[in-house]
Amino acid sequence: MSLLPAASAKWEVSFTVNGHAKKVLAHPMERLLDVLRNDLGLTGTKEGCGEGECGSCSVLLEGMLVNSCLVPVAQADGTSIVTIEGMAAHALMKLLQESFLECGGAQCGICTPGMILAAVHLLEKKPQPALTDIREGLAGNLCRCTGYMQIFEAVAKAARQRVAQ
Amino acid sequence: MRADPSEYKLVSPGNLQGALSLLAAEPAQWLPIAGGTDVMVLYSAGKLPSRNVINIWNIPELRQIEVLPDCIRIGAACTYTSLRNHDIVGREFSLLATTASWTGGIANQNRGTLGGNIANASPAADSLPALLVYDADLTLISLRGERRVPYRTFHTGYKQTVLGADELILNISLPRRFSGYVSHARKVGARNAQAISKVCLAALGQISRGAIRDVRLAMGSVAPVPLRLHETEKVLTGKKIRPSLFDAARNSVLKEIQPIDDIRSTARYRSAVAGNLVAEFLEKLAAEGANA
Repeated sequence: MSLLPAASAKWEVSFTVNGHAKKVLAHPMERLLDVLRNDLGLTGTKEGCGEGECGSCSVLLEGMLVNSCLVPVAQADGTSIVTIEGMAAHALMKLLQESFLECGGAQCGICTPGMILAAVHLLEKKPQPALTDIREGLAGNLCRCTGYMQIFEAVAKAARQRVAQ
Repeated sequence: MRADPSEYKLVSPGNLQGALSLLAAEPAQWLPIAGGTDVMVLYSAGKLPSRNVINIWNIPELRQIEVLPDCIRIGAACTYTSLRNHDIVGREFSLLATTASWTGGIANQNRGTLGGNIANASPAADSLPALLVYDADLTLISLRGERRVPYRTFHTGYKQTVLGADELILNISLPRRFSGYVSHARKVGARNAQAISKVCLAALGQISRGAIRDVRLAMGSVAPVPLRLHETEKVLTGKKIRPSLFDAARNSVLKEIQPIDDIRSTARYRSAVAGNLVAEFLEKLAAEGANA
């Protein structure tokens, strides 16, 4: 008897997404990115390169920044996930939205959800980051519009304003 | 062609025994996946060699760092982030903490693992030269038992290793005897984060009475495997760091490495940079070694 399960077997995967308990039926190797977008309709998470190079598909998995294109959904079973949609309620979100607007940190917008999540992940660990910290924290997120300086400035500004509050 | 998820199986035993039993029952049929930063890239491109994947991300024995009096044991599925955040790794194995910080960006460091870097066996891997100079040992485990393999013997050729079809890397053991060394890590690539290196160096050295008492050099992206530069180490050991020693070191490095032209660089550029990196380390060793 083979130990191999049937190739087409779907799993019932349970997780918390943006604070809500969710269940999906999915093949275990489906990318978390595709389940979020196609099964749960959370299209704020973008696909850029699909190989972990660009950060457009960033989400927080158990509080850790990850590329959701590189996570088989089976590994997300039982976890807590936050996507850009879930950031609406986050204390940093209004500051980051305003600073990205004021500094010109968003142009075409494809990288922006990932940039915001990487920025939140950074600012939660380092509330007063130096420019080198911001560069490192966002190094896995590519932007082909802004040239990055506006994004770095936007993150620095949000950090300053939070400290001032 | 994008992979069709319905054609792939994944099992998740959640414990070491379950994973090893499966590998033993159907050897070479199952590909282990931890953080997925290599496996999922191949999968998405439809190039994964196996249709059967075994999840080892959630196996506790593979995720812990044990600090013992004479060594530290790093579980094979410990992430780069966990290495960067570990107090003893930072203080006594700074080459490993530094190279972990160069591997991918933060998101990939949160998922990519040291054991995965070893098993993937790329000659360009950022963290592997550090393991060579720290004299790492690997513990490999299967249902047949455990065996300890010096890391320097693990890679047998380009992407070839001694890992058996029924084996997993259990942990990476580093002896705690290098904290008194001057250490130097340097990556030359298009950029530090994400980009794969053109050449990288991990080096340790000690000066005693004005001469090099011990020196350890290893490079990535200059040979089919991560390369320890034993001959160059011999050239340097016991010598005072004078201008003539730099030339001798460069000549020896050129004889030892076997760089190639590829998409990231050329053999000529890599040869020049390899010599420069060793020279840069010797300058640092001369400046800092006398005080260490």
